[in-house]
Amino acid sequence: METADAATDLTIATWPGYTPRLLRDPDTDYAAYVRAGGYQPLDDPDTLLEEVDLAGLLGRGGAAFPLAVKLRAVRDNGWRAGGTVVVANGEEGEPASIKDRWLLRHRPHLVLDGLRLAARMVGSDRAYAYVSDALAANSIEGALSELGGGFDGLAVNVVTVQPGYVAGEETAAVRAINGGPAKPTDKPPRPFEQGVAGYATLVSNVETLGNLPYLLRHGSHDFRAAGTSASPGTFLITLTGGGRLPSLYEIPYGLNFTDLIEWYGVNPDRVGGVLMGGYFAGLLNRVVLDSTVDHEAVRRLGSGLGAGAVSVLTDECPVAVAASVMAYFDRENAGQCGSCFNGTAAMSAVTSALRDGVATQEDLTRLERWSVVLRGRGACATLDAACNMAASLLVQFPQVVTRHLDNDCDTCRESTYAALRPYEVEAVVTV
Amino acid sequence: MRIRLDRTVCDGFGVCTKHAPGYFSLDDWGYASLIGDGTVLEKDHDAVTRAIMDCPVHAILTLGEYRPPDAPPHPEEVEEPELKTEDNEAEWGFVR
Repeated sequence: METADAATDLTIATWPGYTPRLLRDPDTDYAAYVRAGGYQPLDDPDTLLEEVDLAGLLGRGGAAFPLAVKLRAVRDNGWRAGGTVVVANGEEGEPASIKDRWLLRHRPHLVLDGLRLAARMVGSDRAYAYVSDALAANSIEGALSELGGGFDGLAVNVVTVQPGYVAGEETAAVRAINGGPAKPTDKPPRPFEQGVAGYATLVSNVETLGNLPYLLRHGSHDFRAAGTSASPGTFLITLTGGGRLPSLYEIPYGLNFTDLIEWYGVNPDRVGGVLMGGYFAGLLNRVVLDSTVDHEAVRRLGSGLGAGAVSVLTDECPVAVAASVMAYFDRENAGQCGSCFNGTAAMSAVTSALRDGVATQEDLTRLERWSVVLRGRGACATLDAACNMAASLLVQFPQVVTRHLDNDCDTCRESTYAALRPYEVEAVVTV
Repeated sequence: MRIRLDRTVCDGFGVCTKHAPGYFSLDDWGYASLIGDGTVLEKDHDAVTRAIMDCPVHAILTLGEYRPPDAPPHPEEVEEPELKTEDNEAEWGFVR
């Protein structure tokens, strides 16, 4: 089934032959959600936690961390710390992604149901929905008001922050909820050790949480009926680029990239490469067409699925795209760690010079070195993302890079590619 | 002893690498990162302590042995501390 979201010019669809688990009809109405099987009673949280483990549910926020491991860590640390807190992270800082906002705007009860189940598994009575999108905040507030502000003994507060690339990072969420700026803190401690008000805190992406009601109803065996053994289940992928309108799909892990891109409506012959994992995982050349869409296959290519955002490059020059993304990092980093605000500025300067045909071999040598030595030097992953972009450009598109050293790129000469936020699906709605 | 470096605080003075070069590395702009997991060998205790004491922005912190903390109170239960108005040097010097 394919539908169009008029408000965002977004195509919504689930891979043929699969019943959607997440991209179902909007359920902003409590009664409709309950009629569809939502808010099932949970008798034994430990049994559900066991099911989460057996299902192999991986976090959908970008790191693909096993949720069961995180849940256990928070629960166990909570025994020592005197309590736990759960946070539904819907602050979608990634410009090329729309999935979290779509879920919050259209399926708030699914997210709250998942939040309730997570809270029970870690033994928490305090929860937060952390967002920046005003429509998402309204939707979740509306759903909460139907529930009387909380449920199952769980108090839920909505925290709205200004949008930003770094605002969705888990320590930024904790810091903002604690009353600080929505900027990351250095680790340790991580939120599962010490988070909101000093309690062990589960910060979980809203899509991850949205899988829990399905697991409760259907169990891990059904959950694993889709996907691969190492990347089980279905997931939400935001596709942009290729001259098409953005699309939000629910697909099983393990599809062929070529099939996915054809379904999206782009002829694979036209594909020059992709921007993987939103702005996080860098560029891949046409080698991506021989891969499958799952964590293990994409990792083998030295890249990552991240939060499930893939942008298709057709006519664009990869150097120009890299320069735009790098300039974005230069502008949008938290401005906290010296290695990051200096490193992103320096790498942005080189990629921009390369796009403009004025970079030298010495500049490239520096860029290559920075892409290695700056990795891991920031408190959050922004600097790593910039390193990924630099390294992948040099490795995946060496001939294109060499042409730019000679100022011999027809695409860049003919037109200036200066997108401030390449492949942005939709600006975050703020009030 | 275990230490951590808060890179959001580091201002690139580089004093740490002068005292304990085996524990800190500087980038091209002089900003530090911790080498290793922060575990300090007994023989390096003095040098690292010197780095901690001499860091002008106090970006290096020691991590105590883990002790189960008392349950922190809910924020709603925390009473606002009363503002000190006497014997406050800063207030005396700059406000009054």
